[in-house]
Amino acid sequence: MALFNAHRKRRLIGVLTIVLSAGVAVWFGITAFQENIAFFFSPTEVAEGSAPTNHPFRMGGLVVPGSVEREEDGVTVRFELSDLVNSVAVRYQGILPDLFREEQGIVVQGSLDEDGTFRAREVLAKHDENYMPPEISEMLERNR
Amino acid sequence: MIPELGNFALVLALGLALIQSGFCLAGAAMRRTDWMAVGTPATWGMLGCAALAYACLTYSFVANDFSVLFVAEHSNSGLPLFYRVAGVWGGHEGSLLLWILLLAGWTLAVAAWSGSLPLVYRARVLGILGLVSVGFLAFTILTSNPFDRLFPVPADGQDLNPLLQDPGMVIHPPMLYVGYVGMSVVFALSIAALMGGRLDAAWARWSRPWTLVAWLFLALGIALGSWWAYKELGWGGWWFWDPVENASLMPWLVATALIHSLAATEKRGTFKAWTVLLAIAGFSLSLLGTFLVRSGALTSVHAFANDPARGIFLLGFMVIVVGGSLALYTMRARQIRSDVTFALFSRETLLLANNVLLMVACAAVLIGTLYPLLLDAFGMGRISIGPPYFNAIIAPLALFLAALMGLGPLTAWRQADAVALARRLRFAALGSVALAAVVVVLLSDTARLIVIVTVALALWIVLTSVMGIHGRVRLRQGSLLQGLRGIPRGFYGMHLAHVGFAVSMLGIGVVTTHEVETFHRLSPGETVETAGYTWRFDGVSNVQGPNYSAVEGRVVVSRGDSPVTVLRPQKRHYPVRDEIMTQAGINAGFGRDLFATLGERVGEDGAWVVRLHYKPLVRWIWLGAIFMAVGGALAASDRRYRLELRQRAHADIPSNAAAAGGGA
Repeated sequence: MALFNAHRKRRLIGVLTIVLSAGVAVWFGITAFQENIAFFFSPTEVAEGSAPTNHPFRMGGLVVPGSVEREEDGVTVRFELSDLVNSVAVRYQGILPDLFREEQGIVVQGSLDEDGTFRAREVLAKHDENYMPPEISEMLERNR
Repeated sequence: MIPELGNFALVLALGLALIQSGFCLAGAAMRRTDWMAVGTPATWGMLGCAALAYACLTYSFVANDFSVLFVAEHSNSGLPLFYRVAGVWGGHEGSLLLWILLLAGWTLAVAAWSGSLPLVYRARVLGILGLVSVGFLAFTILTSNPFDRLFPVPADGQDLNPLLQDPGMVIHPPMLYVGYVGMSVVFALSIAALMGGRLDAAWARWSRPWTLVAWLFLALGIALGSWWAYKELGWGGWWFWDPVENASLMPWLVATALIHSLAATEKRGTFKAWTVLLAIAGFSLSLLGTFLVRSGALTSVHAFANDPARGIFLLGFMVIVVGGSLALYTMRARQIRSDVTFALFSRETLLLANNVLLMVACAAVLIGTLYPLLLDAFGMGRISIGPPYFNAIIAPLALFLAALMGLGPLTAWRQADAVALARRLRFAALGSVALAAVVVVLLSDTARLIVIVTVALALWIVLTSVMGIHGRVRLRQGSLLQGLRGIPRGFYGMHLAHVGFAVSMLGIGVVTTHEVETFHRLSPGETVETAGYTWRFDGVSNVQGPNYSAVEGRVVVSRGDSPVTVLRPQKRHYPVRDEIMTQAGINAGFGRDLFATLGERVGEDGAWVVRLHYKPLVRWIWLGAIFMAVGGALAASDRRYRLELRQRAHADIPSNAAAAGGGA
């Protein structure tokens, strides 16, 4: 019985190669996925300590009026983000987006420093001043 | 009056599309030649109506008719004429109209050049394209009519989004749409073949040039989008893994896979079922792109509107298209087996590997794009997936693809001699690695392994392409020039596209590892040294644009004692929308770009926060895309596709005569 005739053997090798490479790709994918997922937290959740301290995440809220300050170097900015209940201090080094304004809803991505300041790697403000990111508008709706 | 005419033309186009699809499909089913003959005139009529509707909307824009809601939302009397004409596709409704016009144009092209196809097959193709038109026309008329009126009529319009007021934006959407819509032709060709149960070499040969054209426009559209983002968004990035960018990348990845699998299907009769699946997937992903962008599920520069009715309509349309075609596929699956064998080491295997890699890439992008949306839809939390995820998966896949890309064209079909090939390629392999190491060590102060690998693979593709062309020349008699002339365009096209990939890959590899980005607080007259250049900030002055006022900075760049350029980054204010926009000052070069943007004014002495970028080889990313597009055009214009048409036209006189009768 030619269980492993040439044709079957080829096919087997072919299938094994595909399965193996797909497996490697999936493994790569899952690793990359887990490392780069960022959950969304509200300032209240961050203030209560339910946000991760060792993994980047996103936080959204309104820029508290009068809280925007520039440090000595002129490039580092500090401001506070609020969800009408709590607010969290944010520190960002770089140029703020054009639509960054006080009382504007914005989203920051980054991680928490040891002193509880949020160190933003990215500041996202949408290109439309009437637009409020849905995660923020829902959050504000709840707190109003 | 004019908007009503446009509206009327749109409804008439829907009627004609219904007639076209109904008569063609019913005629094909019942073998009624007279019914099938309706296809061509109906297509002409539909194109006429779509063009009329499009012209009406353009007229409303040019004439500043703000009683039309769409015009009022996307134009302004102060907007330059150029952008008023382009404003038609600056919003959701108008861009659908553009889609419909392009689809009518593609359908007519199919009708006009398909005289040599069997009559029934041709009727089915036109019928399916007609159905796609019906879907889009109904969607436009029912949920997104660009001719809706606004009352009371506003004194002036709300202006076009300033981000879209850029030459890049003017050509980016039409290019991308030509590609998207082209995928519907490829889809129709495959579905029609499935309906007939005959997936033969003629179908594959016929699909190839259409796929190539759709693919090259997708490539151009994506590259233009990237170039526009680089110029306009002011962060100096050229790809953000934004869901909408991903939505355009996925059909391109599938189309790339399809081109390669079609080659095997045509030449060797293999991968038939797979090829059909890819054609279905390509079109479905084009629809998914539209759905994601238009449903408001995504929010980005591209998400114009937020209307659930649209999302539900498009979702329904997608379910019908995907469900219907997969059902048909399952019914016919047993008839489309390919009984062709090939050895483990052969060009077929390498093409299969190419397809697996491309589909894994596409799946990774799809998961990264949809997963956050699905989680949100099921109320399981809001997450975002960052660019590192995509980079971590796509970069190794691209490097694997590059390695195979050099090998594939030199490998024989059916069964290749691995030892002989290894002997033939040993110098190319060693040479590209050695050369890459030398080049990187000489030109870069941080010779990282990943850069050497990228450069080596790019050289590998170029060297093997030269070897492939040289090998072809040697087969022929006569001089080198005669030999070069004798090579078909398809062969040149393939190698040019491959070299284009190498060029883009080099650009991406070098710019991501060697770019320099710095922030500074600069007072007028102050200088900084970064990336080997001296940048002097000369303060700002006020300038006036046609519909904006701006603060323009002056950054004088020099290297050693010799001046290099003066960059003029702007901070623009568009009064109609009261929006601020950053316009980067860019000095473009073959070897590097110098890029400056203004942040904001700090302090009383006229100091600004300024962002400076040095971007080596960034232009190569788009240059490679141009190579790919030219390669695609060369291949699509290959003689053998035309020769085939002519030969078949002579052989099939009855069907040709009938088709010509239909066109009269």
